[in-house]
Amino acid sequence: MTKFHMNRRGILKGAGAGLVTLATPHFFTKGAWAQDFCNNPTGGTVTFGLNLPLTGTYAEEGADELKAYELAIKHLNGEGDGGLLNVLKPSALKGNGILGKKVEFVTSDSQTLSDVARAGATRMIERDNAIMITGGSSSGEAIAVQSLCQEMGIIFMAGLTHSNDTTGKDKRRYGFRHFFNAYQSGIAIAPVIGEAYGNDRRAYHLTADYTWGWTQEESIKAATEALGWETVAAVRTPLGAGDYSQFLTPVLNSGADVLILNHYGNDMVNSLTQAVQFGMRDRQANGKQFEIVVPLFSELMAKGAGENIKGIFGTSNWHWALEDEGSQAFTKSFGAAYGSPPSQAAHTAYVQALLYADAVERAGTFYPPEVIKALEGFEFDGMGNGPTLYRAEDHQCMKSVLVVRGNENPTSQFDVLDVVQEVSRETTTYDPSIFGGELGSAEPVPQCT
Amino acid sequence: MTSSMSRNDIILFAGFAAVVLLLPILATPFGAAYPDLLQRFMIFGIFAIGFNILFGLTGYLSFGHAAFFGVGSYAAMWSFKLLSLNAVPALLFALIVSGIFALAIGYVSLRRSGIYFSILTLAFAQMCYNLAYSVLTPITNGETGLRMAMSDPRYLDRMFFDAAPGMPVPSLFGMSLGGWNGFYFSAFFLLATFFLAMRISNSPFGLMLKGIKSNQNRMNYTGFNTRPYTLSAFVISGMLAGLAGALLVVTDPLAGAERMRWTASGEVVLMTILGGVGTLVGPVLGAWIIKYFENIFSSFNANVLNSFYSFLPDGVREVAVTISSKFVGEGWHLSLGLVFVLIVVFLPGGIMEGARRIAAWFGRMGNGSKRASEARAQPAE
Repeated sequence: MTKFHMNRRGILKGAGAGLVTLATPHFFTKGAWAQDFCNNPTGGTVTFGLNLPLTGTYAEEGADELKAYELAIKHLNGEGDGGLLNVLKPSALKGNGILGKKVEFVTSDSQTLSDVARAGATRMIERDNAIMITGGSSSGEAIAVQSLCQEMGIIFMAGLTHSNDTTGKDKRRYGFRHFFNAYQSGIAIAPVIGEAYGNDRRAYHLTADYTWGWTQEESIKAATEALGWETVAAVRTPLGAGDYSQFLTPVLNSGADVLILNHYGNDMVNSLTQAVQFGMRDRQANGKQFEIVVPLFSELMAKGAGENIKGIFGTSNWHWALEDEGSQAFTKSFGAAYGSPPSQAAHTAYVQALLYADAVERAGTFYPPEVIKALEGFEFDGMGNGPTLYRAEDHQCMKSVLVVRGNENPTSQFDVLDVVQEVSRETTTYDPSIFGGELGSAEPVPQCT
Repeated sequence: MTSSMSRNDIILFAGFAAVVLLLPILATPFGAAYPDLLQRFMIFGIFAIGFNILFGLTGYLSFGHAAFFGVGSYAAMWSFKLLSLNAVPALLFALIVSGIFALAIGYVSLRRSGIYFSILTLAFAQMCYNLAYSVLTPITNGETGLRMAMSDPRYLDRMFFDAAPGMPVPSLFGMSLGGWNGFYFSAFFLLATFFLAMRISNSPFGLMLKGIKSNQNRMNYTGFNTRPYTLSAFVISGMLAGLAGALLVVTDPLAGAERMRWTASGEVVLMTILGGVGTLVGPVLGAWIIKYFENIFSSFNANVLNSFYSFLPDGVREVAVTISSKFVGEGWHLSLGLVFVLIVVFLPGGIMEGARRIAAWFGRMGNGSKRASEARAQPAE
């Protein structure tokens, strides 16, 4: 066999030259479309990228969000009964798509994992030309995808994310959140549980170990300590743990008389069920009845936890049984389409899709900096949470928050939560500067490939 | 190492380089020609080649390679945060840190072989994962993952120039490394890794490793001390895993603990076995197939299936959509599992064995036996 003589330097040189040659066209095309922006829809359609956990800890919320997005897109295209299009005030939506373009969507399973969520969002932006990314059921995901969207110059309409960081220390100019946050939960729930359980309680926190759990623990701790409660301990549990007995056993001998579960989705269903199996709700501690509080609640979780949820306090962004016109309209069209009332995750997903479409109509263009301007400081009503403001300083919606309680006598399988109190927007509004963080700039718009 | 390469090696390398650099065109019919996925093709290709240097050559099956991958990611991210946005120091730092980790873990684990070695590496990797996930959260930011912030110090950059406005992104001397630039950047490293693996496999060092694989006792009896060789292979392989992890951070600046989980370690084993253990091209092919399934198959939803089967009449179409929807979308693991089972049962040497069989078949059909010489690589035992 012949031996071919070549040295490493030659190969490296060759490879380098090849690389430069191949990369050249990209350097020239870059910036040639200075007026253009990432995924500018030029045809008759526009694509939403739905990034949802269809598997993993928060899969149920993800599935419900997907239904809501499909419904919202139908309504935007003028199909179905129009849903909340009829009650949004002020509204620029015409029911003929967005700026006359038919809305389509692509999906991606984020598996409740940040890495996967980013890969999915990138695929929808780079390959499927999504103009906007929306969805997510975990704050870890939401924050990861939000910073990706800022780098790509794509607007991100967050779905279910409750961490203070999403619109606090990790806020981004291209990210918007309709859902409320842990800080607002704390403001809303503290007076109610203070009244029900008294002001000299000793609380034990079990916290999901990621951004949402951390900020909720901090916010609830601050709010309850302001009442005069004492925090005995705050223990972090891994996300998706399944078995909580090793974390629950120490609670019994800790001298605490309230257990606060900073868990969500299946985690909360498991930890609450196990806490009840430990007999915690039948216990007396420090001469008082032992109580459990779940600061963030949803109907899906309540259904999952069944009997155990009865009488337990929590907060919600929205509830289908609200009496206002918007809530009624949404519950009706969601029920007609899927045969069950929508969850709060579905509601926030639906509203986010509509608000984005409306902002594009008002801006008259898909150009992200203009859409961002249209959303910032936007005051609207009719979406089920009363008058709402998309605050310009941190892209957080300011609206009323619900304090809910597990229904003692449910009349149907969906009637699992009672609304105890609707805490007004004035009460839950806070100073955006307390969490720090910086939005960054909208322009120049990053050019995706 | 000699500085000469056989003609076959040069052809193989040139062919591989051509395929890699033309991927943006070649992958178009498969719906995979977008930068993010191709970057992953490159990065996991490096990971799998590195893994194969250990598993394919010495036969030591490490079940903890994701640890080095994750360590490389975190190291690169800290370099971006503390030193510079330039990718070069980040990659160097990641190589050094993952090398140190590999040296420490390898030194202990390589005292045993076979299943005990696998379990030791698995245990170390799970320890690293748990440390990253819930103990060392100030360094790793736990489940949320580590990201860059505008307020990071970046001492090296600040010595030369002021911070640019806007979000920081990794760069190569001012050239952004997102999108296609990121692809070519990682492609360069994949080719370099491939070249390295080719040279190792043909070198006396590589022969020594293969000797260890076929009979380590005999090697010991003939007077060789095999441990320095296995340890070097382990460290090289760990450093390549670290390089891959760092490249993932360069192209997509987020470092999360989940990429250190045991499933990630298992994935690279699957990639290597699927493609062909001990072959040069096999692990890369395996990595590409798994990443393709993960990113593309998982994106097929009912809409896509409906339009795919649009040629069928209504009733039949619904049945077809219902059946195939179990295998795509959320069910992509199922299809991947089927492919894996089929390959292991019918082609124990992986895809490369399939390629060899086809080549041999063509060789018999034609007159020459030239093609058979291409199939030099060793199949798994």
